[in-house]
Amino acid sequence: MKLPIGWLKDFIKIDGLSVEDIARMLTLAGLEVEEIIYAGLPLPKSKVAATDSESKHEFKTSGIGWDKDKIVVGEIYSVDPHPNADRLVLCDLFDGIQQHVVLTGAPNLFEYKGRGKLAKSIKVAYAREAATLYDGHAQGRQLMTLRRTKIRGVESYSMACSEKELGISDEHEGIILLDADAPVGTPLADYMGDAVLDIAILPNMARCASVLGVARELAALTGRKLIQPRIQLKTSGSPVKESVTIKVNEPELNPRFVLGFIRDVEIKPSPYQVQRRLKLAGMRPINCIVDASNYAMLELGQPLHAFDYDVLTDRAGRSVQIKISTRRARAGEQLTTLDGVSRKFNESHVLVCDSKGPLSIAGIMGGAVSEVYDASNKNLDVVNPEDTQMHTEDNQQVIDPKSRQGKASQRIRSTSNVLLEGAAWNFINIRRTAKEHNLPSEASFRFSRGVHPAMAEVGVRRGLQLMAEWSGGKVAPGLVDEYPLKPKNPTVQVSPTDVKRLLGIDLKVGEIARLLSRLEFKCVLTKSAVRVTAPDHRMDIGEGLVGLADVLEEVARVYGYDRIPETRMADKLPPQIGNPIFEWEEHLRDILVAVGFQEVVGYRLTSIERERRVLSPGSRQDPDYAVIANPTTPERSVLRRSLTASVLEALEKNINFRETISLFEIGPIFEPVKNKPPVERSMLAMVLSGRREHTSWDVKDLPWLDFFDLKGRIELILSALRFTPISYADIDTAGFLHPGKSAEVKVGGKTVAVFGEVHPLVKAAYDLSEAPVMAAEFDLQALRSIPSVYGIEPVPDFPAIYEDIALILDESIPASTVESLILEGGGGSVTHARLFDVYQGEQIGLGKKSLAYSLTYQAADRTLTDAEAADIRNAIVKKLEQAVGARLRS
Amino acid sequence: MLDKLSEIEKTALESLAHVRDETSLESWRVAHLGRSSPLMTWFSDLGDLSKDERPSAGQAANRVKSSLESAMQQRQIEIKSAVLARSLEEEKLDVTLPGRSIQRGRLHPSTQQLRRVLSILADMGFQVYLSPEVETDEMNFQLLNFPPHHPAREMQDSLYLEAAGRGENPILLRTHTSPGQIRAMREFAATNPTQPPPIRIALPGMCFRHEQITARTEIQFNQVEGLVVGEHITFADLKGTLTDFAHRMFGQQARTRFRASYFPFTEPSAEMDMECFVCGGKGCPVCKQSGWLEILGCGMVHPLVLQNGGYDPRRYTGYAWGMGPERQLMLRYKIEDIRYFWGNDVRFLEQF
Repeated sequence: MKLPIGWLKDFIKIDGLSVEDIARMLTLAGLEVEEIIYAGLPLPKSKVAATDSESKHEFKTSGIGWDKDKIVVGEIYSVDPHPNADRLVLCDLFDGIQQHVVLTGAPNLFEYKGRGKLAKSIKVAYAREAATLYDGHAQGRQLMTLRRTKIRGVESYSMACSEKELGISDEHEGIILLDADAPVGTPLADYMGDAVLDIAILPNMARCASVLGVARELAALTGRKLIQPRIQLKTSGSPVKESVTIKVNEPELNPRFVLGFIRDVEIKPSPYQVQRRLKLAGMRPINCIVDASNYAMLELGQPLHAFDYDVLTDRAGRSVQIKISTRRARAGEQLTTLDGVSRKFNESHVLVCDSKGPLSIAGIMGGAVSEVYDASNKNLDVVNPEDTQMHTEDNQQVIDPKSRQGKASQRIRSTSNVLLEGAAWNFINIRRTAKEHNLPSEASFRFSRGVHPAMAEVGVRRGLQLMAEWSGGKVAPGLVDEYPLKPKNPTVQVSPTDVKRLLGIDLKVGEIARLLSRLEFKCVLTKSAVRVTAPDHRMDIGEGLVGLADVLEEVARVYGYDRIPETRMADKLPPQIGNPIFEWEEHLRDILVAVGFQEVVGYRLTSIERERRVLSPGSRQDPDYAVIANPTTPERSVLRRSLTASVLEALEKNINFRETISLFEIGPIFEPVKNKPPVERSMLAMVLSGRREHTSWDVKDLPWLDFFDLKGRIELILSALRFTPISYADIDTAGFLHPGKSAEVKVGGKTVAVFGEVHPLVKAAYDLSEAPVMAAEFDLQALRSIPSVYGIEPVPDFPAIYEDIALILDESIPASTVESLILEGGGGSVTHARLFDVYQGEQIGLGKKSLAYSLTYQAADRTLTDAEAADIRNAIVKKLEQAVGARLRS
Repeated sequence: MLDKLSEIEKTALESLAHVRDETSLESWRVAHLGRSSPLMTWFSDLGDLSKDERPSAGQAANRVKSSLESAMQQRQIEIKSAVLARSLEEEKLDVTLPGRSIQRGRLHPSTQQLRRVLSILADMGFQVYLSPEVETDEMNFQLLNFPPHHPAREMQDSLYLEAAGRGENPILLRTHTSPGQIRAMREFAATNPTQPPPIRIALPGMCFRHEQITARTEIQFNQVEGLVVGEHITFADLKGTLTDFAHRMFGQQARTRFRASYFPFTEPSAEMDMECFVCGGKGCPVCKQSGWLEILGCGMVHPLVLQNGGYDPRRYTGYAWGMGPERQLMLRYKIEDIRYFWGNDVRFLEQF
């Protein structure tokens, strides 16, 4: 919300507070000021002189300050033609000190050209020589300084300013024409210098979405007095109730509906100061009637809606008493809203109707037919107060004025009698409707966060007052006020104990009451507590325990969060249970890093197409997925089922950047369960590819990493996890792996992982290099369930005997079998058997292979003799001979 | 006689001065100290001398011998050190050639930051609690005091799963780790429903929002939430704990401020800002000229949330806060594109 400080001053005296002081206090109290935009008031010194190293820049700041000596209110007496240029005029201007001839091309002065001395002088914003302004002709906002020059033969050194030049808006079509009462010679900064606070309004601060709301907060925070708006209406003619009746059909959805009536309005522009404030607040001035509604809404927070009374009488067959009702829409009912869109409704939507049908979508947007109409200005779209000024920046909906001309031209007369609606609506209903129709507006912003029904009457009265003042209309006596559902303002009891218990501060009963009454809570003091009743503008205070928390928050805010001390917890320490699963996973991450793997983290969301590459290469048998109902992109539309797909994508991305890549990811995959949250399975996926070592300037043509490189790393990981015994076996269904180069890993007979070379079809589905790709996938729940074995082997005290043997055997016999037989045959004396060579060739015969082992013989209690070693060797060879027909290679 | 001896010595030493390497030194030894060298010949000629002459002549010869020997040794040392110096000279490397690298493993920067955060919290007595990434609307919103259609839901646009017939309780990817608050409270309360134990936990994990993937917005991000529940927990404790945390995380000089904010599941709610560590509070692009960085949102646990967790709000109070490790990394390392985190480009990851 954009809040001009000048407007704030209508409700609170701010002497002695700088703009930044105000912004800081509001920010700390929950009204975060996101930016300060200066439009006339002087910028803080630190912004001007950035060299001051002590200066603190508290807020994002933009805009311009107006030099008091150089920019003043000027008065134009006559507008004369330029001798050498048709599109320029020369103004005879007095700046409070002397006369000047001021040259301008402003089109809004042309109508006065050559009329001689004007009957009514024109007040303008006059910039003297050397004034600093925004360059009106530049793109965006660029500062420039006025210099003496000659334009088409006439000397020029000063100017009458446009809004763009003064940083009020981006308008540069004409110069500013000030109100007639502007004091000539007064520095413009004193007359209308301003600064705008751009405030983020959080859902619980909806009551502050108005000038009065912010002023009330500031009054509470500073202990200053709030200047309550005084609304006194001069009325005439017959009372409103003779012209209109109201029936509310759904009090839950429409607790209150108020109508005021003003006759004989003249549709014309609002005073300049009003227009300026509206612009600074981010709204576009339209005409005095629409502006009055908007102005009252910005000021008080109550959105209003104006109907053209005469249109309604026509619809009612010239009846003088209009029957307004509010009700749920009937399914399929339609209304063309004033943005020219024909909208269809269902029973969840609420409409304001007359006897003929819908007039507006309650609290959101009016219908085209009854909008306030200005016949004198066909090109300007006449915009009703509730509409079209979009609040959210990213949801801008711009209404094309041209689309409005067709229906506007059906009407001939400008609006002269106005019914003004101020109502209260159910905020949830408004929010849903505004969302369904994609109609965020200043009105729906406020209504969808809750506006207290008490504000409806105040709002209408303020609107009528402004309309009467700016349009010359006559306010009809009374209001028509249907108030079927009066809210009960909650009452909560707060004690010093409550304050101490939640906030940790000691406040006496009186202090609590003082803080809350600053926010207009009604406080009744007892000895031990305060009974507080929420004021008439608040919808955010609950009952009971919730109400207590709500009120304690207000105590804390007004007391000041910064004044609450910082303490260390004195409460009992909870049971110490740690988180074994989390700790185990972190340990696993450390092991993976230690064996050289880089951790990656991919998106949980993927697409079926992406995963098809690894889950069902070459076929279309996709597994079931947990599918996102409202994806932001098809690329991220299902929850992943394969972690290997995630690491393969990461490999693909990096394949050209590194010659060796080893990646891992730990995270969940998601198995869908019909109409329930999916099962989340924690997985580890690893991928390894590239050169076995890093190529360097003297090491080249290294082999590719292969199956056994990955297996070696898996062995290290499992041994670091202290798992034993580990075995490896072929797998039947290799899935994404090469059927001949893949294996499953078992710990104590339980399968925990599959790994191997990636299947050629899978590899081909990714954009990879010639290097083979190794991958492994671990089910972490299975892995985690395996107990670690914490025993150690004692370090031997006696020397070992080392011996190499080579065995010839059938090539079908797996190496792991031979190794077990060696250890078995050695009967505990062989502590280590390392395979150091595998050979196949004619020398040893077809279908045979030679395995060469380096053996370590060791006894725990003595040094083995050569004879003993020979016995061991013989036992081993015998064992192998018997078991697999192996013979010693001589 | 003795003249001859000194002649031998002189010749030998002069010759030694020209010896430059081990081979010529050996030749020199053979020539001047070898069996048929003049000196040795001289020795063997000693027998020809008279008994009286013999001792002094012998002495003199021995003196010459040891003089030559020590000269030779000296020469040998000189030659060796010259050889060494030469070879050292020849073995000189170009030390600017690149070193040979090995494959180094690293943790993802988010994991690294999560660990920093969790280890500080662990020191302060916070234990990790994990909860699912996919939740029901009830867990993610309703029990946390976000009723359906509440305006606060606009602050957290959600990704929903296709699931029919669930009415106002659809399935969604959690938008924050806060559903873990309910899960944890319920789990702890179940251990002793009449006297639930105090809670002090950290809830880390991936969260999701319905966002476009751009430099500034992401569809997923990590969050670490803290939750404390007990019988004597106050807003002052919240301030103290989080300021302590900030001092550990960002340095003892870090300045913090608390400003009022709004979250449906806490009340009072606050944002903790930290004085910008890039500009020291003077205003810079990182802090958007404000001098302050938003570090975390926090507040006292809302009474309805305590109640939904099985903790009687008349007896227990608590506080909670949430923060983003990726945001912390972005501030600290001046990372301007949030997409780096899940982009998995090793050229980014290897910088951590």
